[in-house]
Amino acid sequence: MRNLIICLFLSLISSPASAVVTGEMIMVRSSEAFPETMSLLQEAISNKGYTLVRVQRVDVGLTAKGYKTDKYRVVFFAKGEQLQQLSAQYPQLIPYLPLKIAIFAEDENTILISANPTVFNDMFNIPALRPVLQTWQNDITDILNTVQTAN
Amino acid sequence: MKPMIYLLKSPYLLFLWLLLTGIFSPSTLAESRGEELFRNNCSICHGTNGSGGMGIPLASASFLDAASNQYLKQTIRLGRPGRIMPSFYWMPEADIDALIEYINQWRDTPPKNWSSRSISGNPESGAQLFKSHCAACHGDQAQGGKGTGLHFSRPTEIPVTATALNNQGLLNSAPDEMLHYIITHSRKGSIMPSATQLGLSDSSVNDIVSYIRSFQTPQLSKEKRYTEEPASLIINSPYSYEDTIENVKRAIVGSNFIHIRDQDLAHGLNVKPLPNSRQTIIYFCNFNFLYDALKIDPRVGMFLPCRVTVVEQDGKVQIMSINPKHLSQLFNNNALDESCDKMYEVYTSILEDASL
Repeated sequence: MRNLIICLFLSLISSPASAVVTGEMIMVRSSEAFPETMSLLQEAISNKGYTLVRVQRVDVGLTAKGYKTDKYRVVFFAKGEQLQQLSAQYPQLIPYLPLKIAIFAEDENTILISANPTVFNDMFNIPALRPVLQTWQNDITDILNTVQTAN
Repeated sequence: MKPMIYLLKSPYLLFLWLLLTGIFSPSTLAESRGEELFRNNCSICHGTNGSGGMGIPLASASFLDAASNQYLKQTIRLGRPGRIMPSFYWMPEADIDALIEYINQWRDTPPKNWSSRSISGNPESGAQLFKSHCAACHGDQAQGGKGTGLHFSRPTEIPVTATALNNQGLLNSAPDEMLHYIITHSRKGSIMPSATQLGLSDSSVNDIVSYIRSFQTPQLSKEKRYTEEPASLIINSPYSYEDTIENVKRAIVGSNFIHIRDQDLAHGLNVKPLPNSRQTIIYFCNFNFLYDALKIDPRVGMFLPCRVTVVEQDGKVQIMSINPKHLSQLFNNNALDESCDKMYEVYTSILEDASL
């Protein structure tokens, strides 16, 4: 009972931020500027055991072509052996691999968005994939929460 | 001092003391809950302090002036089908109330309390007036403006996207009185003129309200499109792996896209190649198309950049891509459907051309 009261008390005084997980997307707003948020994101991805594969500089391409845009990048990440195994076993998944998070500036804030991997459950209807997709959802949510709470 | 020591030793007493002293009064708890709910569910689009972003600026006086608590409640519950704002149908009533209480702290004046009384007007006359005075921003079928809301980082022609007045979420949230009030007084700080400025009589405003109301249907939203579409577009290639890659590049250029680069699927992952298996991603882009898509919905980056993957497994060569038609369902943004349909045409054309 004592622990229950303490938990209740702590839950009342703390209000941790968390990513918005809709059926389709996982999103957070960071109050940090873009460069700091990008560093936090890369660190969080790495700490979760994923390899950062590449950063697509969408804004650089747009600016080079004369379009005015703020910072907009797409960060690709994966676990090597898992990617190889899944792509060989379920080739229809390949167009969606590696995993990615879009990150873009909005004034002084930064927004991070990823597709919710569990939407692939309905898209592919492969029961064996469900645990993998659920793990990806949990990992991406954790990564984005880490970025947001590090503000 | 002794009572404090007792309090610190006993969590029961400490909790009771906090409640009795008002440090944790029901209203502060609701406010804290509302703030937490707002941060976790709304701030991503509406900004940390309701200043707007992809979503409208909820804290602005012009928005709050007309928004009753009932309107906010219905809007949260129903969302705006096809206009990015999702439905929070799953949110408990108490949480919605806490959220509204949090939003209400931004008000300078008490919320309006609209009646559900229908306004009687002539919708045919309203249609003509709408065409003359409203359609330029709100669309000829009251479908609203394209693009996201206030101060997204790239330039937008209008600071706040014109409301989709034919949206069933709006029509089931905004009573006639509220629509009448907004048309009569306009939205302060927006480019929308008031009925007075336009020289419209009260009767004309009633006609416009009746016309807008005529869009309301018993069904809240349309069935989702393309539920039967496959998630990935896959086609077999009769050519060798190398030739197929070259064919894809030619087809990309032929579709007026720029070939950016090729990359192994496992690039950067430090793994040994699998036997009898090769996978090359071919990235490409059309910057004008990309720019337009990002203006409509910056979330499309989740599926950027454009790519086709050529896969060889046990001697069989396949070309594959995402299916934009299938993915358009994820965004709750009808304005994006057109772009997704166009990208579907591009992808199928590239896949077919490369395997002919």
